[in-house]
Amino acid sequence: MEQHTVTQVCLLAGKIMLQSGAETYRVEDTMVRIAQSFGMENAQAHATPTAIMFAISTSEPTNFVRIIDRATDLHKVAQVNSISRHISSGELTLSEASKQLHTIEQQKDTYPKFIQVLAAAFVSGGFTIMFDGQWYDFLPSLVVGGLSYGLMTYFHEVVKIRFFAEFLAAIFLGLTAYLSVQIGFGYHIDKIIIGSVMPLVPGVLITNAVRDLMAGHLVSGLSKGAEAFLTSFAIGAGIAVIFFIV
Amino acid sequence: MLIFEQLLVSFIAAAGFAIIFNTPRQVLWPCGLVGMCGWFVYTLLGLANVDAVVATLIASIIVAVISQLFAKWFRTPILIFNVAGIIPFVPGGLAYDAMRQFVENNYDMAIQLAARVVLLSGAIALGLVFSEIINQMIRRAKWKRINDRLIKD
Repeated sequence: MEQHTVTQVCLLAGKIMLQSGAETYRVEDTMVRIAQSFGMENAQAHATPTAIMFAISTSEPTNFVRIIDRATDLHKVAQVNSISRHISSGELTLSEASKQLHTIEQQKDTYPKFIQVLAAAFVSGGFTIMFDGQWYDFLPSLVVGGLSYGLMTYFHEVVKIRFFAEFLAAIFLGLTAYLSVQIGFGYHIDKIIIGSVMPLVPGVLITNAVRDLMAGHLVSGLSKGAEAFLTSFAIGAGIAVIFFIV
Repeated sequence: MLIFEQLLVSFIAAAGFAIIFNTPRQVLWPCGLVGMCGWFVYTLLGLANVDAVVATLIASIIVAVISQLFAKWFRTPILIFNVAGIIPFVPGGLAYDAMRQFVENNYDMAIQLAARVVLLSGAIALGLVFSEIINQMIRRAKWKRINDRLIKD
């Protein structure tokens, strides 16, 4: 019975972390560490971006969790991490840990949607300046970037096909950037686009993929790389559609 | 003046991305600070005509070192500061550019840009790993107190 609950706690912790965008090696490490602090010395964990496999010991049956949605929620990663730390130091019992993990799983985003959109808007404006843009392109790129990020999150909820939300958002982004230059609101369309595309592109994902590969997590590295490739392909194609039309 | 405005916008960009990634509230400003430091080093090296890959490598080492200090200080996983810190020079814009060139049939240009993306992200990953190695060496050097706190983090 005890083993059963330990497995459940480990799998739940791993599932939350993986869904929140933690690196696979951290997920495996956390699961094994939790199991060890409950006396399971030979626990085995294998995480990839799409699934977790876990066995409490080498001769026990292997348990399996499928991961379908992945987002980046660093607050959850930090919380699970601190729970695992408390378990290791013996401050948390099994049932308490399980209860706390369930509450974390139910949590919504730390910031409301409009603040995230606002943040994306300022990110876009900032990147326009960082890529040698001029301040008169700051405001156009802020508006375009904020709108297209908001649209992308909306499409993510409505359209369930992956990469399509990015594609639609990129078309919208290209269109609004073009229009803003046409009406004389912005000046350099390239600077506006490169700035406002930043909240959409998977820059961190690319780096994480390379990092996973270097750490020997070949399956995770390749699949994250494929995901990053397809996402940037969708965005590039979306912008190109506008450039073809106009 | 120019470098000042760069510092300001990189702080905003890193902290903004931290909000998009749901970073806990109390570590938002450190996240912006890490990003700002990384971008500062990167631009300085760029002004000194250092190659972008080398500049990225050095900047990500700096980011990783500062992240480690902050991770100990705020008792949060290092991942949070690493992500925010590398944001300013992560080759996301370049990846998009490469894909756009592909779609527009400029294959030569696209391959060039894609190779650059791989090199740059490799440099970032290498920089982050490099600082982890330094960290491990410090651990082995019997700095008992740091050692204990690092294991907890």
